[in-house]
Amino acid sequence: MVDVRYETAFTLYPYARSADQDADSPARHPVVIVGGGPVGMGMALELGLKDVPCVVLDDHDGVGVGSRAICFAKRTLEICDRMGAADPMVDLGVVWNVGRVFRDERQIYDFNLLPEEGHKRPAFINLQQPYFEKFLVERIRAAQAEGAPIEIRGKNRVLSTESYDDHVALEIDTPEGPYKIEADYLVACDGARSAVRSMLGHDFTGRVFEDNFLICDVKMTADFPTERWFWFDPPFNRGQSVLLHKQPDDIWRIDFQLGWDIDRKAVVQPEYYMPKVQAMLGEGVEFEPEWVSVYTFQCMSMDEYRHGRVFFAGDSAHQVSPFGARGCNGGIQDVDNLGWKLAAVIKGEAGERLLDTYQEERKHGADENILNSSRTTDFMTPKTEIAKLFRESVLDLVEHTDAMRPLVNSGRLSLPCVYDGSSLNGADDAILPQRTRVGATLADAPTDQGWLIDRIGGRFQLFTVNTDFKPEGLNLDLVDVIVAPDDLITERYLGAAEQAVYLIRPDQVIAARWVNPTAADVTAALNTAMGG
Amino acid sequence: MEKLFTANIDDADGFYAELLAAHEGLSEAESYALNARLVLLLSNVVGDRAVLTRAFELAKQAG
Repeated sequence: MVDVRYETAFTLYPYARSADQDADSPARHPVVIVGGGPVGMGMALELGLKDVPCVVLDDHDGVGVGSRAICFAKRTLEICDRMGAADPMVDLGVVWNVGRVFRDERQIYDFNLLPEEGHKRPAFINLQQPYFEKFLVERIRAAQAEGAPIEIRGKNRVLSTESYDDHVALEIDTPEGPYKIEADYLVACDGARSAVRSMLGHDFTGRVFEDNFLICDVKMTADFPTERWFWFDPPFNRGQSVLLHKQPDDIWRIDFQLGWDIDRKAVVQPEYYMPKVQAMLGEGVEFEPEWVSVYTFQCMSMDEYRHGRVFFAGDSAHQVSPFGARGCNGGIQDVDNLGWKLAAVIKGEAGERLLDTYQEERKHGADENILNSSRTTDFMTPKTEIAKLFRESVLDLVEHTDAMRPLVNSGRLSLPCVYDGSSLNGADDAILPQRTRVGATLADAPTDQGWLIDRIGGRFQLFTVNTDFKPEGLNLDLVDVIVAPDDLITERYLGAAEQAVYLIRPDQVIAARWVNPTAADVTAALNTAMGG
Repeated sequence: MEKLFTANIDDADGFYAELLAAHEGLSEAESYALNARLVLLLSNVVGDRAVLTRAFELAKQAG
């Protein structure tokens, strides 16, 4: 028996009997992924494209309904690009640049994000999560057709997980009864209420924020501009905030802050939310509700994201409040970080120690995401009288001076963290620009042969600027560019230097950089970046 | 004077978190007193009487 926990928007991988269910002894797989959400499917695609056989177990047979995550950041799109999945996302996604902030009935300021030039992908797109997941699965299907060793098993629910020194044993329920398999490595991508985490008895601790938010996704063809509107204390939601965001298919996301003491069943009834939405959109504006849900926030994390042969990625490892779009985006960065490391260890190219750096680097990323999203939540839901007084004072002043604008926090753009101090980091030279320092993610820029981000990634590469340096005896893919002083590459990679050499990891993170290295320098950095 | 009208705080989110943390656990009277001491200290940093006068005006006007 596999319970239906939620309704699905698209059926993508109906249950089918696997040969493993008829095996005499449990079949062993190099990698088993639990959970078929964006993180699990991303993990499968990343590993499959690297020829690492993996099995995805999902207790449903498709993508759950409800838009849920709607903001996909540039870094996520770049990672999906590397896996060949980003084009349909960007084609369908909504790009916005103008935001307006209101208080009571008046606009207190507006802003234009003015995205930095010289990037293939926009700062982020708005897209319903079911589409994001569907495009990943479609890309997996195309990869499978080309031989990528990925298997998706729908209606397969994990009943038990046992972790041993050299493998993980799983018992799985299906509509045709239970069976057993084993995995060399298990990646738990089964969300904030991770069953794998509970079965293995690991803690998940942090802060619960005492507030409720009501999401109303409505379909509306009225002529609203493609902008982000944010209200503090509007007449249609007194004392609380409201956010309006556009998604594809004429769907608008409306987020009503409700406070703590509410009747959670009553607020999802049309009698409650329809008049609220109508008052907000204006009398006479026609709309239809698409998806209504009430949620509370928490910022939680496990202490360790690796437990022997079991890894936790995405919400199963860390959960953030939604303001700032760091949940799904953070999870895709986990995939980015773990994928190449797991592949390198499974293929015998690197030692087990490399896998420990997943914890080191992604805990750093998750801590930063939790910090940012907690700060936003503290601004939106001041937890003391004095905090409320400062918040109101900022809003009082912001109408009179731009000086206070940076203090208004209704969500900060999700950016990848920099792995400062990572044990995988090699040599750095401070004469080169700060933004492309060792541990940072590659900054995109146009080159004579297309976008830099399209030319680098998926393996260790050497990126050389204005030099014909080639390390003797090293089998490293070389991307070399010659640039003029006013090129964006010069600004982003050379600064005051005449030339530079960058060693880039498969996840497009800068592993080491020099102005004028020797082959021995590069060899040493490569060794360090592979876990020593 | 222009600093009253242009953003000038490094790591604005970090500053705001530190400001709130400084008040954590204080009673209303203690917070009131902390704010008074902060105004005096920061006014000394500004120093310029004309700027301080304009700041008083701006703060009153915004209330």
